[in-house]
Amino acid sequence: MTDLSALEKDVLDAIASAASLDELETVRVGAIGKKGSVTGLTKQLGGMSVEERKEYGPKFNMLKNTVAKAIDERKAVLEKEALNARLQSETVDVTLPVNGLDQGSIHPVSQAMDELAEVFADMGFAIAEGPEIEDDFHNFTALNIPPEHPARQMHDTFYLPENADGERKVLRTHTSPVQIRTMKNQQPPIRIIAPGRTYRSDSDATHTPMFHQVEGLVIDEGTHMGHLKGTLEAFVKAFFEVDNVTMRFRPSYFPFTEPSAEVDIQCSWKNGELRIGEGDDWLEILGCGMVNPRVIEACGLDSAKYQGFAFGCGIDRLAMLKYGMTDLRAFFDNDLRWMKHYGFMPLDMPTIAGGLSR
Amino acid sequence: MKFSLSWLKSYLETDADLDIIVEKLTAVGLEVEEVSNPAEVLKDFYIAHVVEAVQHPNADKLRLCKVDTGKEIVQVVCGAPNARTGLKGVFAASGTYVPGVDFTLKPTKIRGEDSNGMLCSERELLLSDEHDGIIDLPADAPVGASFVDYMKLDDPVIEIAITPNRQDCLGVYGIARDLAAAGLGTLKPLNVPTLDGAFDSPVSVDLKFDDATSDACPMFVGRYIRGVKNGPSPKWLQDRLKSIGQKSISALVDITNFISFDLGRPLHVYDVDKLNGNIHARLGQKGEKFLALDGNEYEVTSDDCVIADDKGVLGFGGVIGGEESGCDENTQNVFLEVAYFDPVRTAMTGRTHQLITDARYRFERGVDCAFLPDANAIASQMILDLCGGEASSMVVAGAEPAWQKSVNFRPSRVQTLGGMTIDTDTQIGILSSLGFAVERQSDDLLVLAVPSWRSDIVGEADIVEEVLRIHGYNTIPVAYLERPDSVAHPTLTMGQKRARAVRRQMAVDGLNECVTWSFIPEAQAKAFGWSDPMLKLDNPISVAMAVMRPSLLPNLLTAVSKNADRGQKSIALFEVGNQFENDTPTGQSLIAAGVRAGLKAERHWQGGHQAVDVFDAKRDALSALAAAGAPVENLQVFRESSGAYHPGRSGTLRLGPKNILAYFGELHPGLLVDLDVKGPVVGFEILLENIPAPRGKGGKTKSALDVSDLQAVERDFAFLVKQEVEAQNLIKAIKGADKKHITRVGLFDVFAGKGMADDEKSLALSVRLEPSDKTFTEEDLEAISGKIVAAAEKAVSAKLRS
Repeated sequence: MTDLSALEKDVLDAIASAASLDELETVRVGAIGKKGSVTGLTKQLGGMSVEERKEYGPKFNMLKNTVAKAIDERKAVLEKEALNARLQSETVDVTLPVNGLDQGSIHPVSQAMDELAEVFADMGFAIAEGPEIEDDFHNFTALNIPPEHPARQMHDTFYLPENADGERKVLRTHTSPVQIRTMKNQQPPIRIIAPGRTYRSDSDATHTPMFHQVEGLVIDEGTHMGHLKGTLEAFVKAFFEVDNVTMRFRPSYFPFTEPSAEVDIQCSWKNGELRIGEGDDWLEILGCGMVNPRVIEACGLDSAKYQGFAFGCGIDRLAMLKYGMTDLRAFFDNDLRWMKHYGFMPLDMPTIAGGLSR
Repeated sequence: MKFSLSWLKSYLETDADLDIIVEKLTAVGLEVEEVSNPAEVLKDFYIAHVVEAVQHPNADKLRLCKVDTGKEIVQVVCGAPNARTGLKGVFAASGTYVPGVDFTLKPTKIRGEDSNGMLCSERELLLSDEHDGIIDLPADAPVGASFVDYMKLDDPVIEIAITPNRQDCLGVYGIARDLAAAGLGTLKPLNVPTLDGAFDSPVSVDLKFDDATSDACPMFVGRYIRGVKNGPSPKWLQDRLKSIGQKSISALVDITNFISFDLGRPLHVYDVDKLNGNIHARLGQKGEKFLALDGNEYEVTSDDCVIADDKGVLGFGGVIGGEESGCDENTQNVFLEVAYFDPVRTAMTGRTHQLITDARYRFERGVDCAFLPDANAIASQMILDLCGGEASSMVVAGAEPAWQKSVNFRPSRVQTLGGMTIDTDTQIGILSSLGFAVERQSDDLLVLAVPSWRSDIVGEADIVEEVLRIHGYNTIPVAYLERPDSVAHPTLTMGQKRARAVRRQMAVDGLNECVTWSFIPEAQAKAFGWSDPMLKLDNPISVAMAVMRPSLLPNLLTAVSKNADRGQKSIALFEVGNQFENDTPTGQSLIAAGVRAGLKAERHWQGGHQAVDVFDAKRDALSALAAAGAPVENLQVFRESSGAYHPGRSGTLRLGPKNILAYFGELHPGLLVDLDVKGPVVGFEILLENIPAPRGKGGKTKSALDVSDLQAVERDFAFLVKQEVEAQNLIKAIKGADKKHITRVGLFDVFAGKGMADDEKSLALSVRLEPSDKTFTEEDLEAISGKIVAAAEKAVSAKLRS
């Protein structure tokens, strides 16, 4: 007859001293495996009397359960130790830099155009477009700039060769021809802005032969100069994201508007940084006026019935004023360092709800 | 246009100070660009007395002067030949900034002798170019007094910008009229003398034009003045001209210049003794030449209006006079020209001969065509006053061009167009003071006679501007456009939305947005397929900006090259803009193009030292197309592309066989050599306008989602195909083998080499199968696999690898 308590002690000692899961498994097989020492006890039951079986059966079972439980407990401990050892060995330097975060950038001109679109959409202005290679009629004549008029000298025009009809196309000197195309193709009421590329034969520190303008046009039956002031004031406040702005409307001259005005905004320069809405300086930002009746007539509309305003301003300059670039030429130099510095994140989409900029 | 405050006040009686005048000028549309006061730079210069001037012991040309400054006696070393004992001069003490030499004086030693301060020449004070000696003031000049006060130099000079429509303000008198109308004082009347000619002019004037060109010079008012003496002009006149930066030349020349700036009326004076016979205004004849006052010889064209004598051309009418008939110090008899020249012809002559003169500037803007006899009288009287002599009666050829205009004006338009309510009487007051003759026909109708000096006024809108600018634009109340009573509607067109989405997507994909010139060098244009001569600029700013670009790629490649030179290793750029096929409005098309050059990414510890390849460009193109809403799933790849790309490593993405939506590929290595760009560079071009509009089905709801929860199965297949087989065709065939169940076909390996023929390759694909109503059985899967293998075999003769 096996000494149960000695057996129990031997097995439990072996379990407790198993140093690894593998050793523990060996102990398990030796004790409660098919041929294990504890499993083997039940074979003795066959040669026992009924009474003995009643006595030893439960004892054997209890021993088996005790051993099994001890193995499970030891296994849990060893597994935890093994995991800890693994975690130790798996440590990496998480301060290493990651790969593939390189985002591209949006050019400030595009960003400013998106901002303009957003501001004017809120006031009901659609976006109109037109060709960059224009004919004389749309770029000059319809805008009340007749041939040889001194006003044409205000624009240093790029010309294309004369065609068979003796006509010479030009690179549009302003976005104003889009006004003409819009009025010819659409019945009032009209509210549009027309942003785009424009060209003048001019190249120095503050002029580039290609630049960007935005044109605005409102034509209906009752819009007057007060509305022009109100619209531009709303635009300047929204674009520059300020609550207050003081504007100065100065009488000026453009062949395509009458009355005409140039608009200055009050500002200050502090340490080279522009502040809008404060200060003693005036900064000219745009030209505007009531559309000249001759222009309205040139588009086939009745100038006795329809009137409205137009304005035009440089987008590059707006972006420079808002975002602090000082060199216009850098806009077209396409230096990655500049683009990454002054460019915008792809998902920085200007919205009314989220604001035009961060 | 420049003028001094005192000059302005010679016509404007006003109590207003400089600041108010400056503010008002800008407010009425005469924008002040600069205000300067010579007194400010010269405030530290004083009148001093040279008590004694002796020879410098160590220098022949220098003198030692003891100078009484009124406060002390100082020693000054002076090199001026006229430095002498007893001279009253202008002294600057040590510490004074001398503007004409741009430095600040310090006590110094010159050749061993102390020198404290400086006796100044006119040039050193920026008063003139005179530097032959120091300023020599009259003996009664008060020692110690301020030079500025003594010379009355405290006269601010105002420079204003004149818009092209305001010729009337190219003379001080017109500016004074505007300010008076704006309530800043009273306009003094112009004093026009009555001259009785003592004799008839021996020189006659003839206007020799045919009917078609008679507007070139419709009127010429001349006068002969004999016995003049042409010395220097008086100080007041010299000072006036100097104050605005004009040189004083001689009395006769100064008079014509003065009247040009004073009254905006250019005129000319001929030395009669240098003329041959009479004066004619006519068109030029080819071959005629003359030496102009600027010292250059000009060849006349038959479009130029010239003034000639019996022998030949004297000058360009309204632009520049001739050297040979000009006045000098010996001139005794003169002929005065006051003529009207056509603005357009004058401008053309100026442009043709590249002549910019004060006369042209005024005539091409249209001078007052009713102000000829009066201007003649004023100028003649001034000549008589300053040069003496005797005047003939006036010689008048031609007549005033018709200038009279009347405008019907409704005062209510100031409100309905200008947005400002101004009562009619106030409006009438403003218009009258600007020179309009006003006739009130009814409550809301004025008939206005436009003054002769305002040829820019044509209609009611011009009058609204006149009233408003004088009343002040700042008084117009702000109003707001009517807003729709709903949330603002979207305003972008589909094309605009696409361009926007593509831009943002490309930036997300790591590309940086450029804006490059629309014009490129001719050689680059040719390399990118340009041929239309109508797209080459007649007057490019440089040869590098000569032709409207046929593609966005050349400029992007130039940008790549520049950035590579700056040390960038991984370059990714894009641009959205127009390219040009012809000069019509439909010849421009909106393109989104991008390039990648160098490494896919900067070197990194996880690897990634790989050069960009064609598949980067293809991915960029597909990504951009997807953002633009193109049906990317339905696109076909064609292996031919444009000449800009490597023929074996490029392709097009098309919708159907013809509609090209994008080009992509490795840029042609030969082209890169020509453009001096280090390769490889890959790129793409999206033809945004070729993307069809999505087929709308009305509402915004999407179709119901139909997915199965049953277990999906992945099966891998490896096929052997001929090298030339396009993977696209194999994938397409497999997708089509069982459209109901095959939801994805992925290609995960391409292999050629060991175990297959030289002209073969292996393509390994994984196919995802999704059951629809019941889990696949082994037989189902076998059947689908069979269909896949059969389809692959049929399409591209693919054999399943065993």
